Amino acid sequence: MAASRRGHVGSAFSLVEILRVLYDHVLRFDPKRPNWHERDRFILSKGHGCLALYVLLAEKGFFPDRELGRFCLSDGILGGHPEYGRVPGIELSTGSLGHGLPVGVGMAINAKYENATHRVFVVIGDGESNEGSVWEAALCASKHRLTNLTVLVDYNKQQSYGATSDVLELEPLADKWKSFGFAVREVDGHDIQELSATLSGVPFNPDSPSVIICHTIKGRGVPFVEGNLSWHHKNRLTDQEINELISALEAQQ
Amino acid sequence: MRAACQEMIYELAKSDPRVFFIGSDLGSGTMEGFKSEFQGRFLMEGVSEANIIGLAAGLALEGKIPYVVTIATFNTRRCFEQIAVDVCLHNLPVRIVGQGAGYVYAPLGPTHQAIEDIAIMRALPNMTVVAPADADEMRRLMAQTADWPGPIYIRVAKGGDQVVSSGDHGFQIGKPILMRAGADALILTTGITLQIGLEAAKRLEGSGIQASVLHVHTLKPFAGDEILEAASRARCVVSVEEHTVVGGLGSAAAEALAEARLDRAVPFRRIGIPDVFAHEYGSQASIMATMGITAERVTAVVAELLD
Repeated sequence: MAASRRGHVGSAFSLVEILRVLYDHVLRFDPKRPNWHERDRFILSKGHGCLALYVLLAEKGFFPDRELGRFCLSDGILGGHPEYGRVPGIELSTGSLGHGLPVGVGMAINAKYENATHRVFVVIGDGESNEGSVWEAALCASKHRLTNLTVLVDYNKQQSYGATSDVLELEPLADKWKSFGFAVREVDGHDIQELSATLSGVPFNPDSPSVIICHTIKGRGVPFVEGNLSWHHKNRLTDQEINELISALEAQQ
Repeated sequence: MRAACQEMIYELAKSDPRVFFIGSDLGSGTMEGFKSEFQGRFLMEGVSEANIIGLAAGLALEGKIPYVVTIATFNTRRCFEQIAVDVCLHNLPVRIVGQGAGYVYAPLGPTHQAIEDIAIMRALPNMTVVAPADADEMRRLMAQTADWPGPIYIRVAKGGDQVVSSGDHGFQIGKPILMRAGADALILTTGITLQIGLEAAKRLEGSGIQASVLHVHTLKPFAGDEILEAASRARCVVSVEEHTVVGGLGSAAAEALAEARLDRAVPFRRIGIPDVFAHEYGSQASIMATMGITAERVTAVVAELLD
């Protein structure tokens, strides 16, 4: 980010623990064989949170760390939204919202058809949940009893313009997912232990897909970013802002 | 043509385990044979086109070849962004079958009339766009769809369209078919306007005008070279389509002609839907007559251009 001086900072800090737990404890993958058929499929449907994903994919060895320094640059592979076919470990080009869940449903239907053991995990956003296609896909997943599908909602209650409760209220969100036929759990999306314990229990119901509503804070970990709408997407970051971000992160350690 | 298309999906599925059928909310009993024989590969997912296209992309990412079948308007307009992002951006072998395109659903009004499907599908990178003329040609096309790389949009008319195509001409996606040769005029057709073009050529012959009819069943990749080659031998060119004149066969031909360096200017005219929604019911034929997509009109326009 220091190279391009831009990115969806708040979104990345909102979901980084979710991705950390998925890649450390949940997903089955082999960075040497990103197309290994038996891997679990992971789709970051809210593609704008990709800064956090890129860091994890690099750490796990999908591509060299040096790519991280070329984020959004013309000679890099890592764009402002993740791109399939260009970045090893990216299952789907996302960025436009409401696409990841329908595609994940297709992958889960295929796995079920093949009696395959791999699973499908899709992270969606709360603002993204405004999209009708999310709910079309939820109906479909439930109809097909896709126990191999887990949706994680990064529920930081803020979207680009303002609070989700002001822009387009999602509450009662857990009830919505329940009524769409999902087994629902709610967790603190920054609590590694709770996330890990909950994810180890999927599917929560032997007959239905699972959703985990992760209560999060946008920009979590950096006091001047937390809950600050102006940090949803930033460009032209100054040296001072970048230094302050780094200091705030180091202070946590 | 619609029945032939569905029969061929069934046939393909028998020999190719990658073939899936996905419908939205089609007529009761549709594809019964497929459904009972290949239960896991038959999906009827309700009126949720955005989800269905994404789902199809998910299957295709896993190596399957899904045929997504529903009414052309809903299979293009409604889920355009899913087609662009999920299917075309990922260059996946999803087959989008647009049933009842053009004015087939005339009595049901403009919400059901796909008049710009070719234009919007043609604008998408990686997409192949094909509009067969009749049931026989549909069968020849469908046989080639399983192994064609990347996405395909298949424009389907209704049933009972007069069969004018012939196996003797062969069929190759991307290669137009010269149905008839004549030195005076070149008539370009796509889909069921082949029937209109042939009828017009027959009428013109009665008044001593010899017309070629080049059937451009594939709108993308567009065979600009073949069209320019045919145009270079003609004294006028007329395109005929059951589609808006914005962005379809006529536009594609105009683009090729405008950028070509022909030895001489060739008079050219597009015949199609004149950038309006239809505001009458009736039948496919009656609305096409209102819009001027008829053999009489083609005959008159050719005569005018040659005059």
